[in-house]
Amino acid sequence: MAVVLDARGINKRFGAVTAAQDINAAIEQDSVVGLIGTNGAGKTTFINMITGYIKPDTGSIHFQGRDITALAPREITRIGICRSFQIPQLYASLSVFENMMVSLGVVLRNAGLGGYFSRGRPIVPGYDAPAEEVAERILERFGLGDYLDKNAQVLPGGVRKLLDIALTMAAKPSILLLDEPTSGVSAEEKFGMMEMVMSAVKAEGATVLFVEHDMEVVSRFAERVLAFYDGRIIADAAPEIALVDPEVKRYVVGGELHRMDVQQGAKNA
Amino acid sequence: MRLDTNRDRTLPILGAVLLAVIVFGPLLPKWALFLLTIAIAKGLVSLGLMLQLRAGLVSFGQALYYCIGGYTAGSLGRYFNISDMLLQMICGAFAAVFVALILGLLLARYRGIFYGLLSMALSMILYGLLAKSESLGSTDGINILPSTVFGIRPSQEWLRYVVIVTGCSVAVFATALVHRYLKTPLGRLAPAIKDNEIRVEYMGASVRQAIYVKYVIAAALSGIGGALAATAVGHIDPDMAYWTTSGEFIFITILAGTRSVAAPFLGAMIFEIIRTVAFDISPNTWQMTLGISLLLVIVFLPEGLWSLFGRRKAG
Repeated sequence: MAVVLDARGINKRFGAVTAAQDINAAIEQDSVVGLIGTNGAGKTTFINMITGYIKPDTGSIHFQGRDITALAPREITRIGICRSFQIPQLYASLSVFENMMVSLGVVLRNAGLGGYFSRGRPIVPGYDAPAEEVAERILERFGLGDYLDKNAQVLPGGVRKLLDIALTMAAKPSILLLDEPTSGVSAEEKFGMMEMVMSAVKAEGATVLFVEHDMEVVSRFAERVLAFYDGRIIADAAPEIALVDPEVKRYVVGGELHRMDVQQGAKNA
Repeated sequence: MRLDTNRDRTLPILGAVLLAVIVFGPLLPKWALFLLTIAIAKGLVSLGLMLQLRAGLVSFGQALYYCIGGYTAGSLGRYFNISDMLLQMICGAFAAVFVALILGLLLARYRGIFYGLLSMALSMILYGLLAKSESLGSTDGINILPSTVFGIRPSQEWLRYVVIVTGCSVAVFATALVHRYLKTPLGRLAPAIKDNEIRVEYMGASVRQAIYVKYVIAAALSGIGGALAATAVGHIDPDMAYWTTSGEFIFITILAGTRSVAAPFLGAMIFEIIRTVAFDISPNTWQMTLGISLLLVIVFLPEGLWSLFGRRKAG
């Protein structure tokens, strides 16, 4: 399959901390890639560098053959790489529907539609429908149909997460980066939620990279795993291979187990 | 709230107000016409403030452009012998836009208190410059030529009426344009910018550009308002740029709320009425009356006077 996103020789240091060390990863079109690693391993830094929030010290990132290393986040969004956030970034004073409409408005504007002198209801690029219909369609797909009029501020945690991801779909991204899509969601709801997100995303045909701590979720949804440790990628393989890799077991999965134990212990205490 | 299905009555309301001014204007006493004209002028400036407030920005220096509008009108008369009030308002808007296009580059980088204080500083610089400029009358200011419209000088009897009808027409036109702007994607972005700039950027929009555009539009409105006030009063002085003048505009904007483009005009009218009445009853404590009325509005109508008319927000 064609490589759609290509990170080459990326290094990044924050003072004494190495956040990325010789990262090389070629992401194939329409694949689903899970990024795993303990906290501070460099997963989010990797995502932040792809979206232009952080610039690597050395190395380059190519999207469909184009060097995007130096672009600003909004320019990267415009060419089709969108991200969701670990902590949902919503428009708190607006309703769920309006949140979506604002996002679609930006998409229309970037496409040169819906300007001051335009008349009627412009068609959202990629969706072949006016913004109102597209908003409802996307929100329905993410199971948010019952919340359209609810203010984003009062939504339950899982719904906020879903809306955060749904908003990224407005631009019909070709690459979607999900930063811990199931964090803060209860263990019982995780699978259902990922199921919904993945089917909604796949319906629009996007390549997905997601950061995840739950190895069950990773092995179920990822086609390929990038395991991060100390700013390096220590394994890059299909989940059934990567998750049993001794290094991964020691530094990532074990670390996760350790982390879960600690959390469990804290809860029990 | 969802699909904009609740009919938007803004434009008919604006049209009705203009019609009412035209029809009932001749019946009103001159002082009332004057008061209304000033309210329209200040309403225009407050509309500009409202645009910024919707994006979470409070300018403590909107008087800068009010003053530029006023002095543009005054200079047209003083140096070019132009007394046409339409021309004065148009030139006032252009002069304000010209300055805003430059200063906006700086201000669009700031948020919160820095935005407010920087805009106030710029306004006070203009105040200082005008107070020192002999040719523009320094602190005494200058008089404005009696208003004409399309080269016709109305009789003293009809002057106030002609001024308000012309001013109101321009204000209604400008307000309708702003109303339309608020329906565009860029206009709708304002509350989103207020809520979450990071998200706006990650959606592919430039927050700075959106704020810049709002700043320039606000300046244009303020320039028109300043020119209208100047021609209505017949005199301008540097106090137009003083920070207390900016304070009045903030007062009006908060009094009115940000729900509708018509709200600032209602707010300005009520502000002028409260001030006039309060001053009449007790000349020494009128500020207290104003303060108490604002306090009441903030406590009981946190979304401004306009929330008395609109439906309560869902959710």
